Amino acid sequence: MSQTAINNKTAVSEKYVELFHANKSLLDEGSSPLFNRMREIAVRRFEQTGIPGFKNENYKYTNLQPVFDKAYRPAVQYRNPEIDLNKVFHCDVPLLDTYTILLVNGWYYEENQKPQGLPAGTAVGSIRKIANEEPELVQNWLNRLAGLSNDPLVALNTAFAQDGFFLHVPDGVVLEKPIQVINLLSAKESLFATQRNLIIIGEHSQAKVIFCDHTWDACDLLSNSVTEIFVGSDSVFDFYVIQNQNNQANSVNSAFVKQEANSNLLTCIATLHGGMIRNNLNININGEHAEAHLFGMSFTDKKQHIDNFTNVEHNKPNCMSNQLYKNVLDEDSVGAFAGRIHVARDAQKTNAFQRNNNVLLTDKAKMHTKPQLIIDADDVKCSHGATVGQIDEDALFYLRARGIAEADARLMLMNAFAHEVIQEIRIEPLRDRIDELVEKRLRGELARCHSCDKN
Amino acid sequence: MLTIKNLRVSVEGMEILKGINLSIKPGEIHAIMGPNGSGKSTLGNVLAGKEDYEVTEGEIDFMGEDLLELAPEDRARKGLFLSFQYPVEIPGVPMVNFLKTSVNEHRKFKGLEPLTASEFLKLMREKKDMLHLESQLTNRSVNEGFSGGEKKKNEIFQMAMLEPKLAILDETDSGLDIDALKIVAEGVNALRDPQRSVIVITHYQRLLDYIIPDFVHVLYKGRIVKSAGKELAMELEEKGYDWIKNEAV
Repeated sequence: MSQTAINNKTAVSEKYVELFHANKSLLDEGSSPLFNRMREIAVRRFEQTGIPGFKNENYKYTNLQPVFDKAYRPAVQYRNPEIDLNKVFHCDVPLLDTYTILLVNGWYYEENQKPQGLPAGTAVGSIRKIANEEPELVQNWLNRLAGLSNDPLVALNTAFAQDGFFLHVPDGVVLEKPIQVINLLSAKESLFATQRNLIIIGEHSQAKVIFCDHTWDACDLLSNSVTEIFVGSDSVFDFYVIQNQNNQANSVNSAFVKQEANSNLLTCIATLHGGMIRNNLNININGEHAEAHLFGMSFTDKKQHIDNFTNVEHNKPNCMSNQLYKNVLDEDSVGAFAGRIHVARDAQKTNAFQRNNNVLLTDKAKMHTKPQLIIDADDVKCSHGATVGQIDEDALFYLRARGIAEADARLMLMNAFAHEVIQEIRIEPLRDRIDELVEKRLRGELARCHSCDKN
Repeated sequence: MLTIKNLRVSVEGMEILKGINLSIKPGEIHAIMGPNGSGKSTLGNVLAGKEDYEVTEGEIDFMGEDLLELAPEDRARKGLFLSFQYPVEIPGVPMVNFLKTSVNEHRKFKGLEPLTASEFLKLMREKKDMLHLESQLTNRSVNEGFSGGEKKKNEIFQMAMLEPKLAILDETDSGLDIDALKIVAEGVNALRDPQRSVIVITHYQRLLDYIIPDFVHVLYKGRIVKSAGKELAMELEEKGYDWIKNEAV
C-alpha cells in the first residue's frame, strides 16, 4: 500500500471518528444507557484499526475505501418520511401472510401498525423504545455477541447504534406467521445509516423473520447494520434476507447467531440488486445436536460487488452445519465468498459442509472464493468445495438440439443453478416469489416485487 | 430429405471429415459404420449443429433448406433429431419442464397451439409405456443419475415425443444390454413411417439385427469408402474393418 493510500485510509477512518464526536450528544439523546455506555469503548475499538483495508485478511476481496470515502450525513435523528409507508409498502406476495414492520434508515417507522394477534409475551418493535421501557428484555443480550467481534465495522455500528428491529419470542411459543421487516433507505442527499437489530428466540419456540432491504431514492447511501440472534434450545429459527436496493446503495451487514442445544437454524440471503454489499454471517454453535443451514445466492451485473463472509464455530459435539452459496455474475460484477468453519477441540462428531458454486457470464466478471477449515477435533466429517465456471456448453447444446431457443435454454440452466438454493426456503409463498424474482432478474428485467417497485 | 455434398469438417485445425457425399430419401434407414475415430460422431454432431466444428467445404440440404445456415434449435424444430451418444445430465431442470418446453417449441414452429398440461401428460404416458420407461424417470432432472441404459432409452423417448422427420441415432446401442437394445429398437421401429428417415451410427452390427437398414455405409478416415445393402453389415461383423482399410488404401 502506498503512503498516500495509507494516509487516505486513516483520513477516511478519522472522518467517522470525528462524525461520532460531533454527533455524540445527538446519539445519546433519547437512547437507553444500555446503548450509550458502549459508545466510547466501541469508537476507540474502531479507531484502533479503522476501515478495514486489503491487508485485513477478512476483507481482502472488498475495497471499502471508496464506499466509505464520501460525504455522508449520518442518520442520527429520526425523520418521518414524506410518504405513508404503510400504504406504499404493502407486500403483495400472494398467500404470504406476515406481520410487517417498517424501518427507515435504520429507524423504526413511527407510523408502524402494531402487529395484531401475536402470541402473549412476544415483543416486537423498536429496540430503542424497548431498551428504554423494558431494559430487562435487552440488557442480557445486547452486544453479547457483537461485542466479541474484532470487526471494526461492528464496533462502528455499536458506536452509532440508536435504533433497529427487536423481537423476543418467549419459551414455548410458535409464531405461525413470519415477521417481515422492510428495511428502507431513503434520503435526498448522501446518507450513512446505522441499524442495530436484536432477535431473541426462547426455548422450544419457532419463528421466521424475513428482511427485505429496499431503497427509495437514488443517491449515495451507506448502511452499516448489525443483527444479533439468540436461538434457544430446541427452537427453530429461519432468517431470510432479500437484498433489492438500487446500485448506489452500499451496505455492510453483520449477523451473529448463537445457537443452543437441539436448535435448528436456516439462513438464506438472496441478493438481486445493490451496489457494494458485504454480508458477514457468524454462527456460534453452543449446544449439542444443533443444526445450521446457511444458504446464499446472488445475481449481479454492471459494477455490482457482492461479498459473503461466513464463519461457523462448532463449539459442541454432535452438531451439523451446511453452507451452500451460489452466484451468477454478469458484465463487470465482482463476487467473493469466504467461508470459515472452525471445529473446536472437543466438538467431536461434527458434520460441517460447505459449497460455493459460481457462474461467470462474461470474461470481465470476477469471483473470489476461499474456504477455510480449522479443525481441532479428530472425529469429524468436514468438506468444502468451490467451482467457478461458465454456462455448461454441452447442456446448452443439448437443450437447443431439442428445439429450445438459445436464450431460453440459458435461462433454464441458470434457473436450475439457482433453484438448488431456492428450494431450501421453508416458506412456500416466499419461495415462489423468489423463484419469480430470480427468473426476472436473469431475464435482465428489474426484479422488484410489484408493490415495492416505486423507485 | 437430406443431401450431403462434399462435406469437409475440421476440429481445431484437424480435418476429420474429408469430403462426405450422402443422400437420404424419405422413409429410408441408413447405417453408418466404421472403426473408432473415423468421423461417425462428428457427422452426427455437425448435422445437429454443434458449434465446435468448422465446416470448411461442402453443403448440406435438409428438406430444401441450407442446413448449415440454421441454428441447432431451428434444425430440431424442422424435424432433425440427434440421439446423443453421451446424453448430458442437467441437474435442476426437471424432465417434465424440459420436455414440455421442447414439445411446445416444436408445436409453435408448426403453428400449433401448445399442449395443455393434461394433453401433455397423456402423450407422455403413451410414449413412456411404449418404451417401458420407468415412470419415475420423468420426475427427475434431465438425465441426472440415470443409468447408461436409462439415458439411451430417454433419448428414444424424446424422439417418440417429438416425432422427427430425420433421426440420427449416434451409437444408441453402446452401453445397452440385450433387453434394452430390443426395447430401443422396438421404439425406433414403431416410429417407422414412409416420411421418416433414420441414420443409425454404430460400431456393431447387432443393433442392425433389429433395425434393418436399407443402406450401409462404411466411414473410414473421414470418407465413405464403401456403400451397400444390409448384407454389408454382416460382412463387417464377420471380417472386421481391416479388409476395408486395406481396400481403401
